[in-house]
Amino acid sequence: MSDSDPRNELVDHLPALRAFALSLTRNGAVADDMVQDTVVKAWTNIDKFQEGTNMRAWLFTILRNTYYSSRRKVKREVADVDGVHTGNMAEKPAHDGRLQMNDFRKAFAQLPDEQRETLVLVGASGFSYEEAAEMCGVAVGTIKSRANRGRKRLAELMHLDDEDSMIMTDRATVAVVAANGSSAF
Amino acid sequence: MANNEPNSGTRKQIDDNLRRVFQEKVEEEVPDRFKQLLAQLQEQDSQKGSGDHK
Repeated sequence: MSDSDPRNELVDHLPALRAFALSLTRNGAVADDMVQDTVVKAWTNIDKFQEGTNMRAWLFTILRNTYYSSRRKVKREVADVDGVHTGNMAEKPAHDGRLQMNDFRKAFAQLPDEQRETLVLVGASGFSYEEAAEMCGVAVGTIKSRANRGRKRLAELMHLDDEDSMIMTDRATVAVVAANGSSAF
Repeated sequence: MANNEPNSGTRKQIDDNLRRVFQEKVEEEVPDRFKQLLAQLQEQDSQKGSGDHK
């Protein structure tokens, strides 16, 4: 394999793929199986990847296609929606704001697939509305309205409608924003 | 649709939370099965004679 083989870059995208898969499936084991499928598909179809384009977007697109086609086949084998997701996270050491974070995860898990997906793409992963629209195969306006509805629903579920009822710890937030800045585009 | 949008402070809080949840998972160590998988795929290719890519 030469250095320019884009398959060598797959490994760099695994953490983000796992996070995206978890947000879609809300189940760690299912998420990792889906990442595995994605990696195999990407590996065997690498000739379809256009060099110079965004590999993460390409991989996320494969992953979401994998998710939606398996969801059509299985029709909710995963009953434990927030239980598993929250359970995974509960192993994390306690830190300020963890209660709100768990509440947030539960609220997020209740959103419809399309809203969760959109919010992860544009809210958490740093994709533009245009990129997300292309990845999801819908119009930019659709992405915007999904993001708005998702944020609005989360605000309701978290009772954020009344101004500053939930104040996030600034230090943690700043750290995440700083760490995230470099992985965005 | 525009007036349905949460105000910018709320929106920021939500997006901060989204990034935190996402980032926590990103920072998790990737299980070995994925390194094994990639090694396996690579081996399969080299057995095939790797004529098709380069």
